[in-house]
Amino acid sequence: MAGYVLRRFLQLIPVFLGATLLLYFLVFSLPGDATAAICGEKGCTPAVEASLRAQYNLDQPFWMQYLLYLKGVLTFDLGTNFAGREIATIIAEVFPTTAKLAVMALVFEAVFGIVFGLFAGLRKGKIFDSTVLVVSLVVISVPIFVLGFLMQFVFGVKLAWTNPTVSGDASFTELLLPAIVLGLVSFAYVLRLTRTSVIENANADYVRTATAKGLSRPRVVTVHILRNSMIPVATFLGADLGALMGGAIVTEGIFNVNGVGNTLYRAVLNGEAPVVVSIVTVLILIFCLANLLVDLLYAWLDPRIRYA
Amino acid sequence: MSTHSMDQSQPLNGLPKPLLELRDLAITFKTNNGDVPAVRNAHLTIMPGETVAIVGESGSGKSTTALAAIGLLPANGAVSGGSIIFDGEDITHASEKRIVELRGSSIGMVPQDPMSNLNPVWKIGFQVKETLKANGLPHTAKDIAQVLSEAGLPDAAERANQYPHEFSGGMRQRALIAIGLSCRPRLLIADEPTSALDVTVQRQILDHLDRMTDELGTAVLLITHDLGLAAERAHKVVVMYKGQVVESGPALEILTNPQHPYTRKLVESAPSLASRRIEAAKSLGLEDSDELLAAHPDGVRTENVIEVKHLSKVFKLRGALGKSTDFKAVDDVSFSIPRGTTTAVVGESGSGKSTVARMVLGLEKATEGQILFDGVDITTLDRRKMFNFRRRVQPIFQDPYGSLDPMYNIFRTIEEPLRVHGIGNSKSREKKVRELLDQVSLPASMMRRYPNELSGGQRQRVAIARALALDPEVVICDEAVSALDVLVQAQILNLLADLQSELGLSYLFITHDLAVVRQIADEVCVMQKGRIVETGSTDDVFDNPQQEYTKALLAAIPGAGLVLPPEVA
Repeated sequence: MAGYVLRRFLQLIPVFLGATLLLYFLVFSLPGDATAAICGEKGCTPAVEASLRAQYNLDQPFWMQYLLYLKGVLTFDLGTNFAGREIATIIAEVFPTTAKLAVMALVFEAVFGIVFGLFAGLRKGKIFDSTVLVVSLVVISVPIFVLGFLMQFVFGVKLAWTNPTVSGDASFTELLLPAIVLGLVSFAYVLRLTRTSVIENANADYVRTATAKGLSRPRVVTVHILRNSMIPVATFLGADLGALMGGAIVTEGIFNVNGVGNTLYRAVLNGEAPVVVSIVTVLILIFCLANLLVDLLYAWLDPRIRYA
Repeated sequence: MSTHSMDQSQPLNGLPKPLLELRDLAITFKTNNGDVPAVRNAHLTIMPGETVAIVGESGSGKSTTALAAIGLLPANGAVSGGSIIFDGEDITHASEKRIVELRGSSIGMVPQDPMSNLNPVWKIGFQVKETLKANGLPHTAKDIAQVLSEAGLPDAAERANQYPHEFSGGMRQRALIAIGLSCRPRLLIADEPTSALDVTVQRQILDHLDRMTDELGTAVLLITHDLGLAAERAHKVVVMYKGQVVESGPALEILTNPQHPYTRKLVESAPSLASRRIEAAKSLGLEDSDELLAAHPDGVRTENVIEVKHLSKVFKLRGALGKSTDFKAVDDVSFSIPRGTTTAVVGESGSGKSTVARMVLGLEKATEGQILFDGVDITTLDRRKMFNFRRRVQPIFQDPYGSLDPMYNIFRTIEEPLRVHGIGNSKSREKKVRELLDQVSLPASMMRRYPNELSGGQRQRVAIARALALDPEVVICDEAVSALDVLVQAQILNLLADLQSELGLSYLFITHDLAVVRQIADEVCVMQKGRIVETGSTDDVFDNPQQEYTKALLAAIPGAGLVLPPEVA
């Protein structure tokens, strides 16, 4: 088991190298001149432009730029963005906000998705089940920015239950609405996944045997149906944590959250390769770790799976 | 339980009163095509401590009847008439609460398939513990170990900490028996408790179940499709057919003097009983058992179509940290199949018999040894020659549900080998398929249907037709009839025998069922742990087994201990 975890960690090294190389190349290939973004409409003198190029290694060939970036990463110096701020500081600033948002969204989708999915699955074909299925289908099919603006307008502006936008502190109550919007689509998927899984397990032979043993219905449902149904759901949730961290661009835009998504969006527009690559690399590492966590959780949920 | 306590089955002035009584029970299933009656007018009485068997083929309603007694009908099924009386109390429409009270503590259940009836994510001990706890019994680790060891599970205390997937089928069934009997129910419903197990394991488990229920005075409702097993284990037998009880009475009476035509058919075709019939016939001097069963044509035992010499197969098992251990699945096996005859390889699961079949088919590489087909060693053939060899040796597999492609209709399934081997044009191929369907007694109208529209027996006929499409010389049947009901099994065995005499086929028959061997094989090889421990003609092996293992296998055939009057044959 320990050997397995160690090997999974060692796998992160090639993933890190490959991801950064690919990302660096993609940003490098973006059309447009990065210095133009710094200098703005007025433009800079050729001398200033040249010094900017030298400062950000833009005068070097691609390989050199990449290797210099790697050297920076290994010496814990990610450099600065074009505005002169330390990239490490930016990451330290925006990641906690996004992480808070993502975890809140994850808890929302997990709790509500599993509970609704369980009851829908146990009442297959009944009115509750049909309603929930239709609603979840609507949630999946309507684009997230439509739902986002709609909920912002209804709960933030009309009913004024909460602020329509998030301030710099990003407190729990402020993040509640964005978190629900962010988790809404995954909530629908978790619900449907749980429902299908519950229906399948409820007809399993061992559930009938558990009933025949004289167990009460609530015990049969929680111990024998729910736990077995959690295996595919856990896989989905773990993979979703990574997606929520990186995929909050639209939601953060709507609610003006100063998080990873917003920062990344601005960096891409400015062609700031080191910022983009650094943030995305952190996201990739989070994704890999979340997957490792899922695999370990998977083995815990299903004892037939053993890693060696 | 082997002694017949007739006094118990006749109520004398209300004493003793029946433990379970089903009166005119009717069960209906709601389906998309309206209500379907599954059971009609089922009558059944079980006295305390008595064993009653319900016998019937799949779909006869035997399991449904038993499950109704414990309130475990599927969601779309319901009791639509009659009553269920347990210990004087009418529980036909009892509340959920009352039924939960009865389950486990008053009525226990041992389900059919040990592989699917234990929850894979919980330890065995946990699954025993929750049973004891739910029924208000002490549930310390000691109690759990006690319950498990009673059911014959060795090292129960350690075993309780293992998960179901770490158990063999037989051990799982012991665990399920432990659970079923853990709360000392007065009635145990045993639904085909051993049909998924090898005969020797089956015997051990049934013996153990007998002993336990005897000691505890538990009444047993045994559900089985095997009449021989029912007769051996039960005081009373109830025969069900198409949802109705067609006959019931003391076990031996039903066996020796069946009244209903269906029961008669069942008695005739039960393989375990057929073997006894042959012995009975022999003892009367009727040596020619060929008359009883379809025979191979005479005078064709000229040469060996297949000769297997010193065949071995070693599998590498992956161990911890990349270390691998060798596992010898097949160890120095030699036998031959004379042309036009049937050789059977018998053994329990894990004996290596299927690996032998796979190697003879060329699906698995032999580690050592030779397989001579018409004198040519097939282990050294190149791909092209192998392709031609495949044409002459064809398999029929166990699972008629799994071995036909559900997306191919019957015509395409049977035609495919012809097309692959580039035989004929589309017209002549269609003609051939029609002939083949005719040979296996299926109507030509079957061609456009899909496997899911066919019964198990029909599918196995399709599998046989597919195997015969290329006019093979050898057909390898890997448990070809094991998944079928006895009646269908008898039909398929007869078909195979007919085809053999018609086409001069040679069969290699892989099976765990000795009763089937007796009906079809000329030569028998008994395998144990990868080795052939005994070999000889079928009659020699059956009449005069040399090895302890063979004797144990023979003794394990259900119904072997029955004394059957010869006139039954």
